[in-house]
Order: sequence, then structure tokens, then C-alpha cells
Amino acid sequence: MLAIEADALRRTYTSRTGWLRPRRTETEAVRGVTFDVSRGELFGLLGPNGAGKTTTIKMLNTLLLPTSGTARVFGHDVAREPVAVRRRIGYVFGGDRGLYERLSALDNLRYFAELYGVGARDQKRRIGELLDLVGLTGRERERVEGYSRGMRQRLHIARGLLHRPDVLFLDEPSIGVDPVAARDLRRTVAGLAAAGTTVLLTTHYMAEADELCDRIAVIAGGRIRALGTPESLKARVGDRDVLEFEVYGVDEELLARVRRIPGVRGAAVEERGTAQALTVQSDRGAEPHARVLAALDGVRVGRVVSREPSLEDAYIAIVEDATARREPAEVTA
Amino acid sequence: MTRVARLPRLVGVGVRTHVSYMSRSPIEITFAVLVPLVYATLAVYLFRAAGDPDRLLTASVGAGLMGIWGSVLFGSGGAVQNQRWLGTLETLVVAPTPLALVLLPITLATAVTGTYAMGATVVWGVVLFGVPLDFAHPLLFLLAVPVCVLALGMTGLLLAAAFVLLRNANALANPLDTPVWLLSGLLVPVTVLPAWTHPVSWALPTTWGARAVHAATSGGDVLTPMLAALALGTGYALAAVLVLGRVERRARAAATLTLA
Repeated sequence: MLAIEADALRRTYTSRTGWLRPRRTETEAVRGVTFDVSRGELFGLLGPNGAGKTTTIKMLNTLLLPTSGTARVFGHDVAREPVAVRRRIGYVFGGDRGLYERLSALDNLRYFAELYGVGARDQKRRIGELLDLVGLTGRERERVEGYSRGMRQRLHIARGLLHRPDVLFLDEPSIGVDPVAARDLRRTVAGLAAAGTTVLLTTHYMAEADELCDRIAVIAGGRIRALGTPESLKARVGDRDVLEFEVYGVDEELLARVRRIPGVRGAAVEERGTAQALTVQSDRGAEPHARVLAALDGVRVGRVVSREPSLEDAYIAIVEDATARREPAEVTA
Repeated sequence: MTRVARLPRLVGVGVRTHVSYMSRSPIEITFAVLVPLVYATLAVYLFRAAGDPDRLLTASVGAGLMGIWGSVLFGSGGAVQNQRWLGTLETLVVAPTPLALVLLPITLATAVTGTYAMGATVVWGVVLFGVPLDFAHPLLFLLAVPVCVLALGMTGLLLAAAFVLLRNANALANPLDTPVWLLSGLLVPVTVLPAWTHPVSWALPTTWGARAVHAATSGGDVLTPMLAALALGTGYALAAVLVLGRVERRARAAATLTLA
């Protein structure tokens, strides 16, 4: 039996504004998403902000009803059998919220253990195991308000695992977490998957997805734009060369100029502290190095590196392609 | 363990958790106690001015009851809104426990923290105004207050059911505050109100809870109104259970479980 099945899932949000002449705005967040996840698989859902990742997860974990389409978790329909689904899933999201700050980690875990139906006899042992797993043993009696973001995130994971869920939904669990804590988090997630837990992970960190995921779906504009193993996604840009420029002060106009260079298939810029990283994808052998430097005339350029295409390059290519073909998401009535 | 067998433990742990959480906010506790103290002061002066010095303890207890009702009303709505702000509402809803059993300990906890007001107004009366603690039935008073708290906590569950759907729960809570304590006879008897209001008063568990507490304070039948408060409170809680199934589905359809 498949762990997760999503079939043509759609979700529309409706908002109203105005009193005398109310206007109804419908936003299509997810527009027909279909995929499945096998038991024990670690499945990644990647996409830019507003792509529909969290909405998809919230339909699968019963927090939102799909506008149309169906989804099942271990054969249980998420719309019609929410309690049966909830017994088998854990849900962990990133960020500071979602915990009782003025209580200790132990009080938080005891309370959620009751809500998740962990037997009174098992609770102490289970909570101890999880505190060990997430490295919070010894700090469990401190109030959560004194915890770092990494510690809160680890507590979130412990909470999500209290009832030994078969499926774990991780919605951007490493957001705002320092590199060491993020590495520990990846190790924990990999360990869970190795032990047989099915994991659906959303993240913005490509290295994390590349390292962890068996398969990845890239979602943009509410639709799945690509689905496959990290290697198969990378192969989509296997016929390209990638140049990475350390630059200072590249704006949209300059970026558009770079994109117009013959042989260039895509260009993206990412802020890295005071500098920017300009990534230019080009047809293999096009060698656009000199033409890019000419297009960047007047911009301070640091190191230039040529490298093999990564998952991030494949992701950028898929998302840029989707953006170029984007349909309007909002309908006003 | 069967579901029924785990129910008392679930409610117990839930109430303990939320009472601990609410009690660790000094500012919230201060306001929860201060407002009833103002009511108690006004009530004592009003009762004295009306030449009713024998009922000063009733005034203190009545102000305490207003504090419990205020705590339930704003606490039940505020508690759900607080869960939203904390981001815990989603983690509570995604748990396999029915939403009614998740929310009941929260509303009971708001009623329990409301008893701080009762303690404060009684002590305030004794210390500042020399109100004697001559309860007609002291032991029944100690029973009537927790029963009243339980009945009000169960009433809070119905309020919470409505509040899950509203992002700004205070919009509903504010207009309910004064009318309910007036109609329930928390401070002045319902008999002084127009006759057409009486059926409304009888339908409120607060009326019977207050009658039981006042009877334990100044004399009269305590058990009958206490049982009526419990029965009505249970009825409200059962209505809430029925409503919550639909409310949760609507919240999932309308996406009102989060702020974002």
C-alpha cells in the first residue's frame, strides 16, 4: 500500500473585501497536484514561496479541505476520515511558533503525548527516548521561551514523533536554523527514514533535499513542474555549463541583460551577506564568460567559478521555465 | 487503555497544562484579579448605601463570580485566539483527539484561573471593608464554587466552538460580558429584572451557578441550583460537541486555523 496518494488536488482560497460593494477574490494556491509516496520513502517537495507547498501539506495532513481532487494516507481519505489519518501522521513545521513558551519542554511533551494517545505507562520512556534523539536531555525542565531556535525545532520534532507516526510531514523544518543544528536535523531525518518512517519534506535548501530525498517534486504556481530522483532532475540541466560570479550590486535590469546573451539559458542572483552570487547557465561549450563580464560593465566582480550543474541549477531552470509560462493565480468577482 | 478510560487523565493533564500556562503570565493574572476588585469595591459601597450591610459578603462573592465569568468569556475566546497566535491551534487540531476534548480542558482552565478573582474579592472585602466571613453553609460554599466553575467551563466550550471560526473573537466576547452577568444575577437578583428576561436567565448555567454560590453564602437551597447548573452546563457542552464537528470542518474549508 502507498503511504501517500494525491490525485488532482486543488485548493482555492476565497477572501472578501469591502462592505457596501463586497469584492470576492479567489486565489488558486494548488491547481491539480498528483503524486504518490511509497512506504518508507523520503519525498521532497521543493518550490519558491507561494508555490503551494504548505497548502499541499495541509491538505494531506487534514488541516485544509481540498477544493477538489482526492488524497489518501495509508488508504484513508484525508477529507472523509481525518481522525484515522491523524493517528498515523506527525506534523512538524519550521519557525518559532507552535509550542507553549511559558512551559518546559517536558510539560509540552507530556501534554501532546496525552493528545496523541500515548499510553500513561509508555509516556515517560517515550519522552526520554525522544529527548535523547533530539539532544535535549538535561534541558527538558527549562522553559521553552529560553530555547534557541534550533532547540525549539528539535522539540518540534520530538513532539511530532511522540506517537510513532508512520508518515512525518516536515514543512521547512530547517528554516532559520544554524548550519550545525541543520546538519543534526538532517541526520535525525535520515535516521527516521532509515527506520521505515515515510517522510514528506518541504525545504528551500537544495543541498538538504539532494542529500536526503529519494525523490523530489518541484512545485511552482500550484502545479508540479518536475518529479524524479535528484539525479534525474540534475540530468535535465546536464547539457549546460554553470558559471558562478561573485558580484556586488546586480539589479533586475542587469540580470535581464545577462539573460539576453546568446547561449545563456538562465541566470539568477542570490544575496550572500554583503555580496551576491550570480549563477549563469549556458549551453555546453557556449563559453559566455567574457560576454557576461561585458554585460556587467560597471559592477564590481569578485571570484568566478565554473562548476558542474547541481540540483539547485536544475531547480532554478524548472522554476524559471514555470514562471515564464505562469497563469494568473487570482480571480476577482 | 480505552478512550473512555483515558478521558479523565486527558482532561486532567489538559487543565493542569493550561492553568500552568495561564498562571505564568503576571500581567494577565493581575488584570484578571484587578477588574473584579473594582467591581467588589463598587458593590460594597452600593450595598452599604442601600442600607444593606448584611449582604456585604454577597457583594464580594458576586464580584468574584463576575471575575470567573469574565475569565471564561474572554479566556475561552482568547484561549483559542492565543492558540492561533502561538501557532499551536494547528498542532492541536491535527492530533487524533476530538477537538471538543482538546478545547474542554482549555475552557475549564479559564474557569479555574477565574477563581483567583473569587479569592481576591473575598479577601479584599475582609481586609479593606471588614466584611465578616459568615457563610451560611461554608462547606457547601466550597462545593458550590467548583461546581459553578465546572458549569461555566462547560459553557465556555460552546463559546469556544463559535470562536474557532472567528479570527477576532473579542468582537463576540465584548457584547456578551455585561448582559450575561446582569441576566445571571451574579450581583443583583434576577427578580429585580423585567419578567420577559427571566426565561433567558433560566437558560444560563451562570444563573444557577450563581444562585448556588449565593445560597451557600447567605442561606437557602444550594443543592437544587447546583444540580441545575451542572445539568445545563452538561447540555451546553454536549451542544458544543455536536457543533464542533461542523465547526472544525468549516474551519478546514475556510482556512481559519492559522493567521497566515
